[in-house]
Amino acid sequence: MKIRKSPVERTFEIANILFLLMMCVIMLAPILHIIAGSFSSRNALTHSRVGIWPVEWTIENYKIVFKNTIFWRSFGISVVVVAIGTIVNILMTVITAYPLAEKGLKGRRIVMLFIIFTMIFSAPLIPSFLVVKALGLLNTLWALIIPGALSAFNMILCLTFFRSLPEELFEAARVDGMSEYRILFRIVIPLSVPILVTLLLFYAVGHWNSYYAAMLYISDAALRPLQLFLYSIVALASASDLQLGNSGDDLLDTSPQGLQMATIIVATVPVVLIYPFIQKHFIKGALIGSLKE
Amino acid sequence: MLGETQASRQLASENMMVHKRRSYLIKNHPYYLMLVPAVLYFLIFRYIPLAGSVIAFKDYNIFKGIIASDWVGLQWFHQLFTFPKFTALLRNSLLIGFYQIIFAFPAPIILALLMNELRMMKLKRAVQTIVYLPHFLSWAIVAGLVYMLLSVQTGLVNTVYVNLTGNEPINFLQNASYVRTVIVSSGMWKEVGWGTIIFLAALTGISPSLYEASTIDGAGRWKQFVHITLPGLLPAITVLLLLKLGNVMDQGFEQVYPFLNPLTSEKADVFDTYTYRAGVVGGQYSFTTAVGLFKSVVGFALLLISNRASKATTGEGLF
Repeated sequence: MKIRKSPVERTFEIANILFLLMMCVIMLAPILHIIAGSFSSRNALTHSRVGIWPVEWTIENYKIVFKNTIFWRSFGISVVVVAIGTIVNILMTVITAYPLAEKGLKGRRIVMLFIIFTMIFSAPLIPSFLVVKALGLLNTLWALIIPGALSAFNMILCLTFFRSLPEELFEAARVDGMSEYRILFRIVIPLSVPILVTLLLFYAVGHWNSYYAAMLYISDAALRPLQLFLYSIVALASASDLQLGNSGDDLLDTSPQGLQMATIIVATVPVVLIYPFIQKHFIKGALIGSLKE
Repeated sequence: MLGETQASRQLASENMMVHKRRSYLIKNHPYYLMLVPAVLYFLIFRYIPLAGSVIAFKDYNIFKGIIASDWVGLQWFHQLFTFPKFTALLRNSLLIGFYQIIFAFPAPIILALLMNELRMMKLKRAVQTIVYLPHFLSWAIVAGLVYMLLSVQTGLVNTVYVNLTGNEPINFLQNASYVRTVIVSSGMWKEVGWGTIIFLAALTGISPSLYEASTIDGAGRWKQFVHITLPGLLPAITVLLLLKLGNVMDQGFEQVYPFLNPLTSEKADVFDTYTYRAGVVGGQYSFTTAVGLFKSVVGFALLLISNRASKATTGEGLF
C-alpha cells in the first residue's frame, strides 16, 4: 500500500533534497577550488579568474612542488612517524586491553580506574612539556610517538570488542596449554581484525594530521613533519619553504598561491585516496565509541 | 564422541587443580606483565604532569627542578588576575566556546534530522560520504583553504563579493571583527558532517513501531518529529551538550592558532594559544601552569553547574 503524500510533504521533501545538495556543494567547493587553482596558470590565479575548474591548464605548480626538497623531507618524516607511531599505538592498545578484558583478573578494577582518571583529568600542558623535555625527547621523532603512545579511549573500544569474543575459545586454548601470549597473538588478534583496522586508521590519520605535537617538541627544521610544514607555508606564508630546491627561473610561471594550492593537494592525496576504504571503518569506530558514552 | 568430551573435561578439571596449586600471581603473570607498559605510560605522561601542576605555586627554576624550586604561594594567580590581557583571554575563550555551542553544536543535529528524512537511500549515502570528507583534512589544511578562499587579492569569496556589490574587498584575515566568525565557521565546515554520525545512530535506535502507530493515528511528519523523533534524540543531545559545556574552554589549539596575528589576537587569543606562546616559547613555566590550572577549574565548575541544571530540568545528567 502506498500512502499518498500531501503537497506540503512533497514541498518539504524537495526543499530538503535541495538543501542537502547545497550542503554537499559547500563541503566540496573549497576543495574543488584548490584543485582547480593548483592546475591554473599564474595569470589566471593572480587575476582571480579561477572558480572550480582550472583556467589555462598547467602543471608548473606541481613540477615545483615535486622538486621541493623540504616538502619531500617533511613528507618522509610524516610517513615514518605514522608507520612507527601506529605500530606502537596498536601494540600498546592490544596488550593493555587484553588483560583488562579478563573479568576475573585481580586488581583489574584498580588499573581501570587508574586509566579512566586520566580521561577525566587531562595532563596540563607545561608540566607535560617538561616531562618530555626531561626525558630528552625534544627534537627527536620519539617526541611525536611516545607521549601519545596509548589512547585510553581507543583502549576501551578494543577492550569492549575483546569482551564480545566467545569465552569458550579461550577456555579451549588454555586447556590445550597455550600461553596467554600465544592466545593473544594466534587467536584473539586474528579474530579482532575489524576493530584493529578501525583503531589503526584512527591512530594513523591522527598522526598524519597533527601539527601541535611537532610545534611543541620539534624546533629542528630538519625534523618538521608535513603538517607543520603546511602550517608554515600557509599561516606564516614562508616563501623559502615554498620554493626550496628550485631556481628562480623555474618559478617564473608560478605564483605563491598556486604553489600553496599544489602543496596542499599533494599533502592531502594520501588521506583522500584511502578515504573510500576507511570511511566505513571510521563510522563503525565512531559508533562503538558513542555506545560507550 | 561423548566419551572424548568427557575425557577432555576431566583433563580440564585436572589442569585446573594443578593451576590452583600454583600461586595466583605466577599463574597470571602474563596478564600483569602486559599491563606494565600502560601503567608506566600513564604514570609518566599523565600522573607526573598532573602532580607537576604544583609549579603553579612555585617559582619554577630549570636548574633547581620541580621539587627544589621555591614555594611562592598564590603569587602567579595574583599576577594572573591583575594581568592586563587576562580579561581578553577569558572573554575570547568563553565567547568562542559559546559561539561553538550556539552554532556548531546544533548544526549536526539539524543536518542529521534532515538526512534522516531522505527517503532515497542512494542519495542519502552519497550525501553522507561527502559531508564526512572534511573531517579527514587536517586543521593546517583547513586553515590553508580558508586563507586562500578569503585572500584579499585573489580569494574566491572576495572576488564574488566585489563583483556582486562593487565594494572594496574585505580583509577577513587581518581584521579582528571577523576572526571569531572565521574560526567558528571553518570548524563547523570541518566537523558538522562527522558530528551527524552519533545522532543518525540515535535516530535508528528509535523504534519504527512508534512511527507506524502514529501514522495509523493520523500523525503527519511534523507531529511525528515533535512527538517521537525529538524526544528520542533528547538523551543523546543532553549528554553531548554537557560534555561540550565541560570543554567550553578547550577551543582546540590547532583550530585557533593559524588565525592569530598581531591584528586578530586581541579578539581570538585564547588560554590554550596563550599558554603555548608564553609557556613553551616564552619559558614562563610557572605562570602559564597557573593559567592552565585556572582554565581547568573553570571548565570543571561549568561542567558541574550544567550537570546540576540539566538534572533539575530534564532529569538527564552525566553523573
